[in-house]
Amino acid sequence: MIAFLLRRLALTIPVVWIVVTLVFALIHLVPGDPVAQMLGEGAPQQEIQRMRHDLGLDRPLLEQYRTYILGLLRGDLGTSFRNQQSVAQSIAARYPATIELAFAAILISLAFAIPAGVISAVKRGTLLDRAIGVVSLFGVSLPNFALGPLLILVFSIVLGLLPVSGRGGVLHLVLPALTLGGALAAVTTRMVRASMLEEIGQDYIRTARAKGLPERVVLFRHALRNSLLPVVTILGLQAGALLAGAIITETVFAWPGLGRLTVQAINARDYPLLQGCILTISLSYILINLLTDAIYSVVDPRIRYE
Amino acid sequence: MSRLLRRNKLAIFGFFVIATLTFVALFAPWIMPYDPAVQDLEARLRGPSWDHPFGHDELGRDILSRVLLGTRISMRVGAMVVLLSGIIGVLIGGFAGYIGGPFDTFVTVIVVNSLMAFPGILLAIALVAFLGPGIDRLIFALSVIGLAGYARLARGQVLKVKTLEFVEAARALGASGPRIFFLHVMPSIVQPVLVHASIGMAAAILLEASLSFLGLGIAPPTPSWGAMLNDGRSHLFDAPHMVVFPSAALVLTVLSFNFLGDALRDWLDPKSLKF
Repeated sequence: MIAFLLRRLALTIPVVWIVVTLVFALIHLVPGDPVAQMLGEGAPQQEIQRMRHDLGLDRPLLEQYRTYILGLLRGDLGTSFRNQQSVAQSIAARYPATIELAFAAILISLAFAIPAGVISAVKRGTLLDRAIGVVSLFGVSLPNFALGPLLILVFSIVLGLLPVSGRGGVLHLVLPALTLGGALAAVTTRMVRASMLEEIGQDYIRTARAKGLPERVVLFRHALRNSLLPVVTILGLQAGALLAGAIITETVFAWPGLGRLTVQAINARDYPLLQGCILTISLSYILINLLTDAIYSVVDPRIRYE
Repeated sequence: MSRLLRRNKLAIFGFFVIATLTFVALFAPWIMPYDPAVQDLEARLRGPSWDHPFGHDELGRDILSRVLLGTRISMRVGAMVVLLSGIIGVLIGGFAGYIGGPFDTFVTVIVVNSLMAFPGILLAIALVAFLGPGIDRLIFALSVIGLAGYARLARGQVLKVKTLEFVEAARALGASGPRIFFLHVMPSIVQPVLVHASIGMAAAILLEASLSFLGLGIAPPTPSWGAMLNDGRSHLFDAPHMVVFPSAALVLTVLSFNFLGDALRDWLDPKSLKF
């Protein structure tokens, strides 16, 4: 298993390098002069030159790249050009809020997806199965920037049960987590169902039934446990994507996390901060995928990628 | 296709909605009851009525007309992205799978792995945020993101197909490499590519709306469903219709493409554990 994990880690290194390089290259994609774009129209030439020097954009490209990589190795993501704060510190201050939201979204989606997926598989072909199928496809098709405002409309404005926005107690977390976890719940339901159907058809389930185990034990202790293995992978992949999805959810609910910081950086054309946010989200995504593979190899010892 | 539609009611629903949307997208300027850019400040935020079934927005513009014109933007972006990313992705991935060697390594490592190392929406946001807003840049960014999926799919399919007997037979008959690739291998991977394209269309429309919602997509005053939702967000209390109708249009569209994609997949793979 250690050999597998080391090999998986070795495969991750080039991907991280590519991501870091692409994020470095982003600022050079800006049409015209990125510094002039940041400072806006009519900025004095002297100011543009000074900013270009501060950001190191007046140096040869390779040297800029070397400085960028060395900075990253020291944990230095540069300085925000709007408020002159360290980008790494700004991100560190916002990161916990995003993790909290993503974690709550995963919990909510699992609380829905596992029962729904199991019921759907057990009642295959019935009206209930079809209804769950349509609802889950609906969940996949409902973007979080449409779901969020609709939830606010129903639960905050019409029913007055939950706060509209901001971060506070558990009540503040419910609507953003539902919004962010909605699509994940839909995808996971479909995955649990397919995986359960696969397991229910196996010989060991027939044996369990033949020896007289109650159906509840057969389904939950035997079939569900094994069927959750592929679900772990999907969940890992989706958990990484949640961090990106949080950009929109946090905007809708004014949630003070990394996603909202990203949007603020876009609106302020604060390119160093934006690069830092994109890099952090991407690296988190890669790390979560790596951890998922590691967990998967521990949970299912048959898994060994060649 | 007709057999597929006969068997699946959701696919029929999806097919008819898509046909209607295509009609609306093509003829929107003639169907719209009002000019979507004309402002009537006296009617601002006014709710649905007989004359204006979807109500007015914060500038008093007719929301129905804007939703109809928004269909054109969504379908145009979706179709362009599917075409561009589909053609380029399938060709790159197909070539990689067919010829193998260093080109295959380049495609797998550089194109597919590096693009898939980012969550799709993040890469879209990153590209458009740095390239600047505009429909052409948006289509470019979404196509770049989409092509990795097509390349990976085509590469896998070609690797499988190129070992089949009919390809060997063509080779034995003396057919040239390009002839085998374009006339024998590529036509046999069309079906899975179509399924991917149907779901890819839904994804492209969603991403366009997401970026427009963040102010990175279509520039105002051109109506986009995502941008309309963003405008409506600040009027949830006094004009919820501003959010409800663009949301409904978006969800209906994406759902229809997903229904069709799902039905196509089930049709092509009858052994799948479909709902």
